[in-house]
Amino acid sequence: MELSLFIVIGGITLISGLLVVFQKNPLYSALFLILTFLAMAGLYLLLAAEFIAIIQVIVYAGAVMVLFLFVIMLMNLDRERYAEAAGHRIQKFFGLAMVVIIVPLIGLGISTALLYSGSQLGAKGGQGLPAAQNASNAKAVASLLFTDYLLPFEITSVLLLAAMIGVVYLARREAKPDNAGPAQ
Amino acid sequence: MIPMSYYLLLAALLFGVGILGVLIRRNALVIFMSIELMLNAVNLTFITLSRYMGTLHGQICVFFVMTVAAAEVAVGLAVIMMIFRNRGTANVDEINLMKW
Repeated sequence: MELSLFIVIGGITLISGLLVVFQKNPLYSALFLILTFLAMAGLYLLLAAEFIAIIQVIVYAGAVMVLFLFVIMLMNLDRERYAEAAGHRIQKFFGLAMVVIIVPLIGLGISTALLYSGSQLGAKGGQGLPAAQNASNAKAVASLLFTDYLLPFEITSVLLLAAMIGVVYLARREAKPDNAGPAQ
Repeated sequence: MIPMSYYLLLAALLFGVGILGVLIRRNALVIFMSIELMLNAVNLTFITLSRYMGTLHGQICVFFVMTVAAAEVAVGLAVIMMIFRNRGTANVDEINLMKW
């Protein structure tokens, strides 16, 4: 049952990810990326991480992608603008070659680690998370977040403030000389 | 329980698709979306290992990765919009003032 769910949701994620990369119109890429994020929330639910799944839907699919769509709307890309340039064959070939080299290396690294300590890593998976038996996932994550990880939490809030100030400054319009006011 | 390597292999493939998008596409927005895809692949790896090792530290890491990624998207899109406003194009090949 879990295997069939994993194959369906994982297949949706992978195909939708490939369609993000290979669409000509960036609007369609953004819509397929929303589908990828929703499918990944489904994968997180399969892995018993309900809090992270909901946060993924709210933050990624709900806020980050809405920001992307606003920027795509404001940039007003014409047909000629988003058409890819014709001559980039060597670049595409080397991009594909690099991915074909890197992904098997990652896969080899994963299987080697499992080969040596596979029994240790696989043994605890059968009984689930210890904190999940008598508490919800959100409660368990919160109890860890506000005790052991309190300092990164506070630093993250300062980081968000800095990002907000930076974006407000970067996206402002420059003051033009003829906007000095009615009293000329 | 399906083996852990299935999830890790899916995350590796998604990471590879993200790398492909960054290297092949010329539109700045699609490159940015591919970077988000790579970040999500890493999130999947964190949560898989958190589940199969029986701890919650992986999920806390994903929490922070998501927060930092949201802040980075905001700032990065503001930069892309400024570049588009000044140069009139979102094609990264045409933003070559610093190129030799």
